[in-house]
Amino acid sequence: MSAIAASDISMVFKTRTGRVHAIDRVTLEIPDAHFACIVGASGCGKSTLLNVMGGLVRPTSGGVYVDGRPIYGPGTDRGMVFQSYTLFPWLRVRENVEFGPKLKGMSKAERHRVSGPLLEEMGLSEFARAYPKELSGGMKQRVAIARALANDPKVLLMDEPFGALDALTRAGAQRFLTEIWEQHRRTIAFVTHDIEEAIFLGDTVFVMSPRPGRLREVISIDIPRPRMLEAVGTPRFGELKRQILELIVEHEARAPAAGSGA
Amino acid sequence: MSVALGFACFGVIIGIWALLSYTGLALSLGFANLHNPFFLPSPGTVTKTLYDMFAHEGFAHDVWASTRRIMIGFLLSTAIGIPLGIAIGSFRVVQAFFEPFIAAVRYMPASAFIPLLIIWFGIYEKEKVAVIFIGVFFPLTLLIADVSANIPKELLNIAYTLGASRWQVFWRVLLPASWPGVLDNMRIGIGWAWTYLIVAELVAASTGIGHVILSASRFLRTDEIIAGIITIGILGLLTDALFRWLYWMLFPYSERVAR
Repeated sequence: MSAIAASDISMVFKTRTGRVHAIDRVTLEIPDAHFACIVGASGCGKSTLLNVMGGLVRPTSGGVYVDGRPIYGPGTDRGMVFQSYTLFPWLRVRENVEFGPKLKGMSKAERHRVSGPLLEEMGLSEFARAYPKELSGGMKQRVAIARALANDPKVLLMDEPFGALDALTRAGAQRFLTEIWEQHRRTIAFVTHDIEEAIFLGDTVFVMSPRPGRLREVISIDIPRPRMLEAVGTPRFGELKRQILELIVEHEARAPAAGSGA
Repeated sequence: MSVALGFACFGVIIGIWALLSYTGLALSLGFANLHNPFFLPSPGTVTKTLYDMFAHEGFAHDVWASTRRIMIGFLLSTAIGIPLGIAIGSFRVVQAFFEPFIAAVRYMPASAFIPLLIIWFGIYEKEKVAVIFIGVFFPLTLLIADVSANIPKELLNIAYTLGASRWQVFWRVLLPASWPGVLDNMRIGIGWAWTYLIVAELVAASTGIGHVILSASRFLRTDEIIAGIITIGILGLLTDALFRWLYWMLFPYSERVAR
């Protein structure tokens, strides 16, 4: 059974000029412990889809299922990480990570048992008492990931989490996330517009096309793990990249006059 | 460096003032009035007057009377304005109910209420507090509503995904996220409080800085008028410093507070 599944999701926004199909009948399933990437040009509805899966946005039609059970809103079974830094600035790093456990009513000792190993793993132990403003962009995203993991979620939903990082930090963060994923074996849905990032990270890449936001293709990434940075230079990587790029560009060529969307 | 520049600006203004008073500059420029001590007393005279006012004329009593009115009026405005503003900014229903009314009253100048408030409350403390309240409460409430309404949605959403209920999001995210903005607007609001208080004291009062200024005007005591105005300025600076200090103490995590 899939860890998380989106079934026949449609999302229609009413705007002044009419109705916009942000998502049009998208169905996808992500198996347990699977790393799935969702790529597409901006405006293809990939972030909206992720928010629907997170329960933050109610779709016009269709449903989301976690372990086969429908979801009715956000929940601790799905941890989310966004592109913008969403750490609580008034809480120290440790308190940020312990936000979920604290809501659950865990005692201080219990919370420490959760946050301690996570901070260690993220290389943030020394910064446990720092405020988010004292951290670099890459560190902030590591805290955000630790905070999501602290709730022991079934699924991690990540919306371009490394989009705001510079290229070098980004490469480090990707490798780091792979390690985390291999250790925790969480199901991950990872939204990005960076095709290389999607191939490097994913077991599967879902390619979406915009206006209306549709699922174009599902591509299995057969590059063996653990993937090193060198994998990016291999012919197979290049092939996959071309294949995905063509799927996206092909669509763009068909609809050149469409305006830019979010 | 920036502190030095700030002081330099005061220096320049006082320097020009001194030049006008102590040299023939104003005369040669054709502004004879500016050389006339009844029109513009010298910095030395004003300083001496200010000292005399505090030492012999019980000015401290008036300063305290004004400060007390500010504190009461301002506390009252914030005690109601902050919770109401946050509620307006956070809950649709509350916003729909209050915002149009408050937005309308906000455009009615508080000074226009003074005659009415004198009839209702007399010319003593209650009236002063009421003027401050009307002048501060309405705009402050709307500013604070703005603060709460503009808390990044993603910050609230992430709390929901971490398992927070609506109330928990309100108490643990929306409120703490609002406090720095609330304090910022309090700092702005207390400036309005001074403006409206002095207006109220100029219209009718038996104590207070505004009252002293008005009495001085009747006797052509330009030096006392200027001393009074400067006193308000100094009090304003002190209040501002107090709010800055509070911000620094309360929000060490803010990007604006240097490490």
